[in-house]
Amino acid sequence: MTETEVCDVELENPVMPYLRQERLPHIWCPGCGIGTTVNCFTRALTDSGMDLDKVAIVSGIGCTGRVAGYMNLDSFHTTHGRAIPFATGLKLANPDLKVVVYSGDGDLSAIGGNHLVHAARRNMDLMIVCVNNFTYGMTGGQVAPTTPLGATQTTMPYGNFENPFNLPFLADACGAVYVARWTVYHVKQLAKAMLEGLRKKGFVFIEAMAPCPTLYSRRNRLGDGVDQLKYYKEKSKVVNGADTKDVGLTFQGEITVGKFVDRDRPTWLDAMNEHYTQHFGEKYVPYGVSHGQD
Amino acid sequence: MSDGEPVKKGKGTVFVKPEVCKGCSYCIDFCPAHCLEFSREFNRKGYHFPVLGRPEDCTGCDLCGLYCPDFAIFGMRFKDIEQRRQAAALAPQVPAGS
Repeated sequence: MTETEVCDVELENPVMPYLRQERLPHIWCPGCGIGTTVNCFTRALTDSGMDLDKVAIVSGIGCTGRVAGYMNLDSFHTTHGRAIPFATGLKLANPDLKVVVYSGDGDLSAIGGNHLVHAARRNMDLMIVCVNNFTYGMTGGQVAPTTPLGATQTTMPYGNFENPFNLPFLADACGAVYVARWTVYHVKQLAKAMLEGLRKKGFVFIEAMAPCPTLYSRRNRLGDGVDQLKYYKEKSKVVNGADTKDVGLTFQGEITVGKFVDRDRPTWLDAMNEHYTQHFGEKYVPYGVSHGQD
Repeated sequence: MSDGEPVKKGKGTVFVKPEVCKGCSYCIDFCPAHCLEFSREFNRKGYHFPVLGRPEDCTGCDLCGLYCPDFAIFGMRFKDIEQRRQAAALAPQVPAGS
């Protein structure tokens, strides 16, 4: 890319070592926010100082599902909605790994909604990054479980009348140990939340709101990706530790962002080891005790 | 750039890969120093890419690099303006960095 003999500075984009560069430019539309969340994730990986051989990234299907294909980590592009079960298996087979599930709102909360609920209930040691663009992007803008009331979509031409999910509330109620929501406008905060998520043991749920200029914004006449970012900038309010009941989203209304939940619960593996040790005593050999990279 | 070099600003510059830019203008709209602007030229796909319109204002904070969804731009801060000039002269993808 550059000659660096004269000046002793490395002239390379800090994201590039984390990407499969032969696959760029990527397929995301102009103004799509997913690439920005990837930037934040790579900054978090750099700051965490983790051994990248011990990080695996799992994605489902969809626009955000492409992230696994572009990241130069051990990555898996799984079937639709099944990113969390796949990641659970990966984590339990190799407890030394830090497994990150990077997927979209449709993949995680609609097709894989059941898995999200149960992985959070079990407190599986996974980090979930849910890029929420309020629609099914790749298939043409159908109504997703996160589409706010009143928003127009391909399958709701007169406006959506289905009550949407409040994803942080769902994750919190199911027992996630870390729940945060940031938008693509809050890049530094999002990178910090991802760093905290990488270091946290247990079920981490980070919702990253991202614009979809091609489908969601166009159908609702909301302008470009940058117009959505300006809306995030104007209407978002940082309330750390807010009650997740109150952080639901409305169409172009106020957005509550922040770190909502940060608590400690025994992970599934810890609970299993503790339970069987109580039951069987010395006979039981605990499984994967060095997991979590701590 | 006319009356002497400013001391604090101007130590940074940005590097752009025009061929992967999709012209979303995130970097231009959210640059804290407002030093980026659209180029007059097009890239191969017909998008206007960002150029450093006011290089004397760039602090090299790399917020453009953090925002860019296409990994097409990044900022870098140098020890002094001379080093920044050398680096900018070397990099082939810098449109207006000197």
